[in-house]
Amino acid sequence: MKLLLSLLFCLCIPAVFAAEANTPKLDIGKGGQCVKDTQWMRINHMHLLIHQRDEAVRKGIRSEQISLKNCVDCHASTKDDSVVARDDSFCVGCHRYAAVSIDCFECHASKRKIALANKDAQ
Amino acid sequence: MSDLNTQRRQFLKTTLGAAAVAIAPGMLLFDVAHGNPQAAASGKVRWGMLVDINQCKDGCNDCVTACNKENGLSGGTKSTDPQWIRKISIKDVSTGHEQSLPMMCQHCEHPPCVDVCPTQASFKRADGIVLVDRHRCIGCRYCMMACPYKARSFVHEPLENQNPDVPRGKGTVEACNMCVLRIDNGLQPACVEGCQNKAILFGDLNDANSEIAKKIQSVASVQVRADLQLNTGIRYQGL
Repeated sequence: MKLLLSLLFCLCIPAVFAAEANTPKLDIGKGGQCVKDTQWMRINHMHLLIHQRDEAVRKGIRSEQISLKNCVDCHASTKDDSVVARDDSFCVGCHRYAAVSIDCFECHASKRKIALANKDAQ
Repeated sequence: MSDLNTQRRQFLKTTLGAAAVAIAPGMLLFDVAHGNPQAAASGKVRWGMLVDINQCKDGCNDCVTACNKENGLSGGTKSTDPQWIRKISIKDVSTGHEQSLPMMCQHCEHPPCVDVCPTQASFKRADGIVLVDRHRCIGCRYCMMACPYKARSFVHEPLENQNPDVPRGKGTVEACNMCVLRIDNGLQPACVEGCQNKAILFGDLNDANSEIAKKIQSVASVQVRADLQLNTGIRYQGL
């Protein structure tokens, strides 16, 4: 029995490594946890965003913590200030991997507010 | 018997006290919705403007420039360029008297754009601001046809580097939103701040103590196309 278990365990190790190797490597920008833990956010961020957008646009309730603008401000790359500019950018990396298209940034700014302000000043 | 009565009184007093404590903060929040972005827009408030045309100078474009800068508009005036506020000149042909005035979304109480919208993207917020929810807008442009003030524009071209506070995009209709984010943050709309002649007065039409409510009570003001009975939030003095 012990032998069988250890054999199974050994078989699992390469599988775990393989899974790790296949997942996209992201440029998480500043990163850190402000809303919920990473795993929860991976699964549920879209529900938060849709709920928040309806509350903000239609009722005028603007949450300080949950807002697309805040997501971009923290998670935009420190190199190019964007969440969509490169293949490993924060939003694009996973969305391309999962083959889910995002149209948020056809209207919403995909860059940090500070970056855009600096560009205006120049 | 008297014991029982005392207890009942005590119980009523405590319950009422607790209820008051529970309700009071809600009531307070309701009143200070202006300047508190976390609170919902209040139905007690009706935001509006009074434009004093005698103060509005012909050739001055400051309100338009301020609006364009705040909302990231190109400033172009072609028929395909979005314009949220326009300066227009009117002339009485019999006397030759000319006037210049800003024209934008009139934030009607009964907005025709909201009536015709098939997806409920056009809507009126509780505080009277008429908005387009671009998440729902399918770009059919019925609202543009319904608006008697020609206040709405369609975005024809793809946009880049939008202001993070004012998301805009191709394929949707847009119009003056009375700088809704600025209002929620307790500021005045950009055109009001941008007007050097102080021709535009912004405030709560429902609050009898507000400057705008006092002024529309004391001076003659009109609504454009009042015959349509839309009860606009923007009023003009001296027209």
